Amino acid sequence: MTRAEKRNLWIGLAFISPWIVGFLAFTLFPVCASVYFSFCDYDVLSRPVWVGTLNYSDMVTDSVFWKSLYNTLYYAFFSLPLCLVIALLVAVLLNQQVKGRSAFRATYFLPSLVPVVASSMVWLWILNGNFGILNSALEWFHVKGPQWLADEKWTKPSLILMAIWGSGNTVVIYLAALQDVPRSLYESAEIDGGNAWVKFRHITVPMISPVIYFNLIMGIIGSLQVFAQAYIMLGGGGPNRSALFYTVYLYQNAFDYHQMGYACAMAWMLFLIILFLTWIATRSTRRLIYYGGE
Amino acid sequence: MLMVCAGCGAPPQTGKIEITYWEKWTGFEDDAMQAVVDDFNNSQDRIFVKKLTGIGEVERKLMLATAGGDPPDVAGIWPATIPGFSEKGALTPLDKFIKEAGIKREDYIPVFWDLCSYNGFMWALPSTPASLALHWNKKLFREAGLDPNQPPRSLDELEAMSERLTVVEINRNGKMIRVRYPDLTDQEKKAKDFKLLQVGHDPQQPGWWMPMWVYWFGGKLWDSQRRITANSPEMIQMFQWLQSASQKYGVDNRRSFGASYGNFQSPQNPFFSDEIAMTLQGVWMYNFIDKYAPQMEWGAAPFPAKDPQAHPSVTLVDEDILAIPKGAHHPREAFEFIRYVNQQGPMEKLCLGQRKFSALAKVSDEFMRKHPNPYIKTFIDLAKSPDANYAPRMSVWAEYNDELNPAIDRVMALTATPQQALDVVQTRMQWKLDRVLRRWDAVKDERMKEWSNYDPR
Repeated sequence: MTRAEKRNLWIGLAFISPWIVGFLAFTLFPVCASVYFSFCDYDVLSRPVWVGTLNYSDMVTDSVFWKSLYNTLYYAFFSLPLCLVIALLVAVLLNQQVKGRSAFRATYFLPSLVPVVASSMVWLWILNGNFGILNSALEWFHVKGPQWLADEKWTKPSLILMAIWGSGNTVVIYLAALQDVPRSLYESAEIDGGNAWVKFRHITVPMISPVIYFNLIMGIIGSLQVFAQAYIMLGGGGPNRSALFYTVYLYQNAFDYHQMGYACAMAWMLFLIILFLTWIATRSTRRLIYYGGE
Repeated sequence: MLMVCAGCGAPPQTGKIEITYWEKWTGFEDDAMQAVVDDFNNSQDRIFVKKLTGIGEVERKLMLATAGGDPPDVAGIWPATIPGFSEKGALTPLDKFIKEAGIKREDYIPVFWDLCSYNGFMWALPSTPASLALHWNKKLFREAGLDPNQPPRSLDELEAMSERLTVVEINRNGKMIRVRYPDLTDQEKKAKDFKLLQVGHDPQQPGWWMPMWVYWFGGKLWDSQRRITANSPEMIQMFQWLQSASQKYGVDNRRSFGASYGNFQSPQNPFFSDEIAMTLQGVWMYNFIDKYAPQMEWGAAPFPAKDPQAHPSVTLVDEDILAIPKGAHHPREAFEFIRYVNQQGPMEKLCLGQRKFSALAKVSDEFMRKHPNPYIKTFIDLAKSPDANYAPRMSVWAEYNDELNPAIDRVMALTATPQQALDVVQTRMQWKLDRVLRRWDAVKDERMKEWSNYDPR
């Protein structure tokens, strides 16, 4: 390295130093510290005391931990496929040459721009068992709607419904991918007499499969970390903890019960769970994804 | 400039020691405290109190600020914060200050002093106290043919009155009619195919102190030492009482009725909108009635116990307190301010402003005369009663409460018997309590020594 190159390097580093300092102090250090704390009895206020793997073994016997994990997996298991499929259908429809297309696109994307606190407040009313618009709509079909948020059987479905409503982001990503599918492929299919379903099944889906995969992975990560809606709408986990999600229980341990060590261990466990599920998803879809040129 | 400074009091003058004070209040409650702070700032020229108010989740913020080594000098918190924070060495013991200032337990209504003490040390002094009483709607009593000036004297009587005060809508021979609950036929009561329009008493409204109903059954939540008593006979009796509401009026009917409750702080509060005739509420309720339902005819009296002979005036008390976090820069000056607030004059100014009563034993006639709440004496008498109870003083109370509430959900949904639900809580909480006690036992001697030797100089 010449003198000038060295000089440039230092100047360059100096320019990005705000980011480096921020990253080291507010990301890397806390992440490393949380590994250490996860092996400690730590209440934030007094010094951490090393307890080995106690926090991890406590998880095994903690029935609420398992309940929160079950709730989260249930939520992810239903909301993720539903969001992926419905968002794809919406994207395909929005990709048609119809009048007012951009207005439709904006409408479907809008929910994902609403701050989560605001949308949660609105949904509290939508889901109100007596005055909610959802139950009023169901009444037109002579269906008596449930007490969505007061009945433990319906709290998780309520939040899944909300997730579908907010999947505008996924729709936009699909839309971008759909517009990249070469027209020529559809044209040759039409010449061969392929109908709409055949074109969708054998051209659209394979061509956008990397994007479906991307949405799947992002969806796994996002849905397992679901927090804000549940925390705002169903504070301590809702009736009989039916909507106590993993991250909500983690938060309770950290900030309500002063069990920061346990909360750190839970956070790392969640990381491992997400890592594992992502790995499974990657492995099992490997043959199904088409990357152009391979 | 003036606009920016409005509400933050006079700017500090040079040469004064500035102490920071975090408080949770807003609105007229904050105005009352600001007036006292201004008086204090003007009363001497050594200390200036800078108040930051409207701090939500003050306990969480205090935890982080204390852990970070930059806490406020005075923190307006609740007694429930004391056990956890003091055991973790996050609060300053005030015993030496209190002794120097000549402040004694006899100066206070005893429960409000006791709520500031923990493990034999004093951790705070009161700012404003509260007790709970039965509030009832006289108009609804009259409509139900009850004496509007005669509240129930026992829990059983309350239940009987509650039935009389409950109005349902039911389909009789193809016509929807309104009936009082006792006028339903046995068959209709059993079928529960009706809609609740008005309820006498709903034990889940407002639902802020659910586990503490046990005090009205003469029970306790733990033995105050090392043993959780979640499945004691009194707890089971209390849960049976809760469950009886679901059994009588129907799980879905109650849920549907509950979904119609408006926000507490609104005219749609079910007590203000004539949906609920009787409710357990605090001394602050007067302020909200005054604001949202000024026309309401209401009364306040002790909420009756299961056994009124043995426990004639049961209540739950709590208070706002002023504490000095560990690591505060000016503990001595901070205490000077706390001491000022705890003198009769400033204390009465604060509590009258917030329309509560004073935590001090001595109250001026003027305070009583000026107080707008016509039932203020009821609340004071309740606080002085031997059956004035408070939330368990344990560092795992937040968890205990979070365990009991799902248990209540289960019995109210009729998916578990009281015994089943409470056995789960008992096992889980005893395990949790044992865990913190083990930790406390290990550091106890060291902490006690540290607190006894604490020297503010």
